[in-house]
Amino acid sequence: MSSRPTNVVIAGLGGQGVLKSSDILAEVAFSAGVDVKKSELHGMSQRGGSVSSDVRFGERVFSPMVPEGEADFLVVIAPDQIPVNAAVLGQDGILIKPSQIDKSNLPNKKSINVALLGALSRHLPFSVEAWVAALKRNLPEKLHEANLEAFFIGWESTEAKRRTSEQER
Amino acid sequence: MDCLQQQRASALLSGDEAVAMAAFDAGVTLGTGYPGTPSTEILETFEKLGGRAQWSPNEKVALEVGIGVAFAGARALVTMKHVGLNVAADPLFTVALIRLDGALVVVSADDPGMASSQNEQDNRRYAVAAGVSMLEPSDSQEAYEFTLRAIEISERWQVPVLLRMTTRVCHSKTIVRFDRSGAIAVPPSRPPHFEHDFPSRVMIPAYARPAHRRLRKTLAEIAAWNDEAGPNALVTGSASLGIITSGVAFQYVCEAAPSASVLKLGMTYPLPVKRMHAFAASVERCIVIEEGDPYLVEGARTAGIAVEGKPDSFRFGELNTSRVRRILHGDNSPEPKRAPGKPPALCPGCPHRSVYTALKNLNCIVPGDIGCYSLGVLPPFEAMDTLVCMGAAIGVGLGLRHSLPPEEARRVVSVIGDSTFVHSGITGLVEMIYNPPESGHVVLILDNGTTAMTGMQEHPGTGRTLAHARTGKVIFEDLARSLGVRNVHVIDPTQNPEKFQELIQTCLDTPELSVVIARRDCLLAARSIREYERCNEQQTN
Repeated sequence: MSSRPTNVVIAGLGGQGVLKSSDILAEVAFSAGVDVKKSELHGMSQRGGSVSSDVRFGERVFSPMVPEGEADFLVVIAPDQIPVNAAVLGQDGILIKPSQIDKSNLPNKKSINVALLGALSRHLPFSVEAWVAALKRNLPEKLHEANLEAFFIGWESTEAKRRTSEQER
Repeated sequence: MDCLQQQRASALLSGDEAVAMAAFDAGVTLGTGYPGTPSTEILETFEKLGGRAQWSPNEKVALEVGIGVAFAGARALVTMKHVGLNVAADPLFTVALIRLDGALVVVSADDPGMASSQNEQDNRRYAVAAGVSMLEPSDSQEAYEFTLRAIEISERWQVPVLLRMTTRVCHSKTIVRFDRSGAIAVPPSRPPHFEHDFPSRVMIPAYARPAHRRLRKTLAEIAAWNDEAGPNALVTGSASLGIITSGVAFQYVCEAAPSASVLKLGMTYPLPVKRMHAFAASVERCIVIEEGDPYLVEGARTAGIAVEGKPDSFRFGELNTSRVRRILHGDNSPEPKRAPGKPPALCPGCPHRSVYTALKNLNCIVPGDIGCYSLGVLPPFEAMDTLVCMGAAIGVGLGLRHSLPPEEARRVVSVIGDSTFVHSGITGLVEMIYNPPESGHVVLILDNGTTAMTGMQEHPGTGRTLAHARTGKVIFEDLARSLGVRNVHVIDPTQNPEKFQELIQTCLDTPELSVVIARRDCLLAARSIREYERCNEQQTN
């Protein structure tokens, strides 16, 4: 991994699982043995308002927050939060948004955050096993099945998208 | 929390969790505090680890209990948000003079940028004003280490220590390597014991005068130690740029100026002035990068050290890497505005909604208070007129009643939440009984059975401890009646909103004192509350 950290911002509305998603991602990075920091805000910001959480990992991470214009990935759970957070995304940054997930396939609609993590995971250098382990550690057992399914639906969606864009070329 | 239970070479922890873990590892006897973002998770984690933690009615009481623990020779951790230290300031300023037997660590979790607070005061000023030694961690590793250090310093010099954190240190998760803190030796705590020592602990003027002299002497000793061996770090870099910094600003500095020389201060009161002198002399340009007030800048300049500070515009809000780059490059161009996000709102179905609908319908003048219900100021309600500090709703309401013309005075309703009422509203109620306005008054306690805004903590009105076990319960209606309030009503505001509005109207129409308790559990907490009650019921049977 290069000396510049990988920067991920996860954004949405209070109650959508933004913080849970960033916890899972941070834990996956931690278990891979790299330096990682995660930042979030609690309290007032959680009553249905905009919520975002930053995860940075790499050889050495200093600031826990992703500087404006330096996010490599912006994962947005609520479509209306895309414009609110767009400025954080770098020039070659990748936006991961709910429209790329076929929600009708999700066993539980609330798992959209985990499906988007699945989509994100295709871009990151972490093993599927590490993701699955972190998902299980961070969610109650009765939600494991639905969320693992959601994760792989997201995982597939990125692959499908890649194939489509290759064909178009 | 899963990280906490794993075994223990390293863990990914928030600053709050790291403080709790250090307190647990150091055998802290009792953790006390009042919930407040961003400090709340410290005591919650401490309790989950197996430590003994308690919510107090407010920060002043929490600190007083902590002082008692330290007088017994045991170790106390007292946690609060920055504005909580205003409430606890009275005991803080005098305990600073007192020779402690055990350890007393006070955590002040500041909120620069006001993610969830009513002001962005910089509590480093309290360390100076009260003469209390202060440590400032910059990440979770240091939150862990500095908590151990704070206990060490507190016991070595028999003084209280302020652990000053900020939102990004409290709520960011970073890796803690426990082996790295092996050098900090906190000896095993001694068995609690009490010896009379009147001149040391009884701050009558005759004993407080020498105690103040003793404090200044102790602080001079601590300053000398801080210069020699304090938890400050030097990053050797280019001699052309030197940066003095502390707290989370250190992280932004490392990212924004990777080649600079950096003096990172871990103990920021008393300041290691000799080290700062030597550092400033070793670089061509010496600039102080700090969040909030120009505290280090003023400290350096008072000591005769020539340093550059940041422009005034960076006093507001949090710093971050981009802002530090701007400060270093002298870039004073307007900063990009962040797109406004969706503001928070009362949850759909929240019992506060029907309350504010009624108050709006009745065109009330509403001195409000601090909690979820502060959101009543925003559309669609716009039905809360003032917010100052915890408990102010009642005092401010009385002041309005005393001075407004009768037609307006009769429309004033003080609105206060259940936890806030216990925190600072009870004395307001006493004031109401003692100095009643001619037009009477109406106090509306929004009792949703939890401290909702900070994340569903218990309080003395719920009758459950921090760990949700059954304990003594303060019953608001009994309390109000016992104080002499004649019109005391308990009503569910959601079940029949018209009836609720009629009741408020009736109370407003009489020139008497009324307390209306609008009682209905917070939607988000209701299920947990039922579960706690069920468990407690089973244990009783």
